[in-house]
Amino acid sequence: MSVFVVLEESGGRIRKASWEALAAALCFGRAEGIAAIVIGARTDALAAEAAAGTVGKVIRVEHPLLAQYTADGFSLALQQLIQNERPAQVVFPHTYQVRDYAPALACRMGQVLIGDVVGIEEGPRFVRQLMQGRLNGSYSHSGNGPCFISVQSGAFRADPPETRPTPAPITTFTPAIEAAQIRTQPGKPFRASEQTVDLGSAQRIVSVGRGIKEAQNLTLVEELAAALSAELAASRPICDNGWLPLERQVGSSGQTVAPKLYLAVGISGAIQHLVGMKGSQCIVAINKDPDAPIFEVADYGIVGDLFEVVPALTEAVMAAKQQANALSDTG
Amino acid sequence: MKIVVAIKQVPGRDTPLRIAENSRWIDESEMQWAMNEPDAYALEEALLLKERDGGEVIVVSAGPERVASTIREALALGADRAIHIVCEDLRRRDALCVARLLAAAIKPEKPDLVLTGLQSEDLGLGQTGVIVAELLGLPHATMVLHVERIDSGLSVKRELEEGWFQSIELPTPALLTIQSGGNKLRYATLMGIKRARTKELRTASAPELGAEDAPTVGLDQISVPKKQKSTQILRGTAKEAAIALVERLKTEARVL
Ligand SMILES: Cc1cc2nc3c(=O)[nH]c(=O)nc-3n(C[C@H](O)[C@H](O)[C@H](O)COP(=O)(O)OP(=O)(O)OC[C@H]3O[C@@H](n4cnc5c(N)ncnc54)[C@H](O)[C@@H]3O)c2cc1C
Ligand SMILES: Nc1ncnc2c1ncn2[C@@H]1O[C@H](COP(=O)(O)O)[C@@H](O)[C@H]1O
Repeated sequence: MSVFVVLEESGGRIRKASWEALAAALCFGRAEGIAAIVIGARTDALAAEAAAGTVGKVIRVEHPLLAQYTADGFSLALQQLIQNERPAQVVFPHTYQVRDYAPALACRMGQVLIGDVVGIEEGPRFVRQLMQGRLNGSYSHSGNGPCFISVQSGAFRADPPETRPTPAPITTFTPAIEAAQIRTQPGKPFRASEQTVDLGSAQRIVSVGRGIKEAQNLTLVEELAAALSAELAASRPICDNGWLPLERQVGSSGQTVAPKLYLAVGISGAIQHLVGMKGSQCIVAINKDPDAPIFEVADYGIVGDLFEVVPALTEAVMAAKQQANALSDTG
Repeated sequence: MKIVVAIKQVPGRDTPLRIAENSRWIDESEMQWAMNEPDAYALEEALLLKERDGGEVIVVSAGPERVASTIREALALGADRAIHIVCEDLRRRDALCVARLLAAAIKPEKPDLVLTGLQSEDLGLGQTGVIVAELLGLPHATMVLHVERIDSGLSVKRELEEGWFQSIELPTPALLTIQSGGNKLRYATLMGIKRARTKELRTASAPELGAEDAPTVGLDQISVPKKQKSTQILRGTAKEAAIALVERLKTEARVL
């Protein structure tokens, strides 16, 4: 097998990001050459799900000590498998879990993970974002040993596979792991305190980013939100600073929203923010930098100083409302 | 506790980015520089731990001459001393090569705890910390927001995706990559800035550290991302643009 794809699960099912990693792996060659890897203490169901995909085979990496994810356990198990089978490429979805162990795994094999890849071009050259999405970089891998890459969520299109007539063959690999080799003791995941706003069901959202500069300037966007009957949301730095509560953060570590209108004010559009809002029906961006990545997903944009544009917009919204009211009064 | 914090100097947030003539990197001649934001949170966590339990905070940074200004800033904020790994060719080195430099400088310090940021704002590799842990043979946890000492070592709060968290226990010495937002950043005081001038700032060169330098991953070219979506940009004065936008939202997008 020349290409390994390490699939990640969530709630007992293969995650969407894993299918995307599989789609990326197809850039290296045909499905017959791809082995899908599932890993855990009991992987029969996952393996069956994976075997329906466009893969040559499925390898179950199974051990009781892999019941719960640990960086030590996963690195050790995959290292043994990779040393045995010597794939040319190893592809991961760029998830928090992969970020936690794949760099160490690659390092053990004298390699460097090319992480968060958004495109694979002739060569192969791997495209990843630099400067928070303001630039792209083209990377290449040299030297002996497998090429490790992880792919950004959403960068490669994939749907969960339809059931195929004959599933791919499944084999099992049992790594040698001892309890003492796992140095960390993970606790159960938990959620933050009760949510009091439900951004997920908001029709309109005004979202504010670091362009607002000071906490006291937030009144500007609050007024706009009120005029639009919109919920207020924010990018991470605003919540990090404690200017707005965490529950109003949109992005990979916050809420995922899909309102009719998402108005981004002074937000640059880093990928971790975009994943939380790019499903919105209509996206508007106000930013003084014409090259800000947020414009990449925006339907409408105003390039300008938010301290001028936002008050003008609040006024225009109010004026439009008054006009509508006047019309309905007379009509 | 003896704590080492790895701090990277990155382009300032509002610095315009110009691609250099050879298209291999950005033109650095007129750039402003700043401390990588998650690293500032890592430093803050280290300073809080020291204030609580005593110990020493040592800053390490790899990069050219200019990096010294960010190191001074860290010293002014309260770090006790610093190691500057002077290397002009940082850009040529892949994550493993940079991690080897950092690990070589950190190892003789025999720290109880190593903190890094979870990700740099320029390269965004998100892996240097994890590799340093591997090279030093330390257990690690990533995306950490909060650190607490317990009898068996540390208990840390990690961020997971979509608003989930997790606690992890690990023995010391250990390495943690710090996510932003776990604490509140302090400002340097005048006194702190004054004191920083007298604090130890040792330099070490890459050859002195003897870290192997054989990159296997190279950044060959940089470019401005190609636009895929056509955004309607509304022009004119702020007022004109605002009125035009409201009109479009009402009649075209029908979201008002
Ligand atoms: C693991 C991980 C998870 C993360 N999770 C999230 C997440 O859930 N949500 C999230 O948002 N981020 C998240 N981030 C952070 C993300 O990478 C970015 O750093 C963040 O989104 C940037 O926020 P921002 O756009 O507000 O700030 P900046 O990137 O600083 O952008 C500010 C923008 O404001 C513009 N601006 C400045 N002044 C003005 C003005 N006067 N008028 C108009 N425009 C102006 C600038 O041109 C710039 O584009 C995460 C990062 C990591 C590594
Ligand atoms: N040149 C450097 N000097 C010091 N620390 C660094 C350097 N490069 C990366 N780091 C550390 O590694 C973290 C992750 O960086 P990166 O892997 O580039 O995203 C940063 O937040 C820093 O703490």
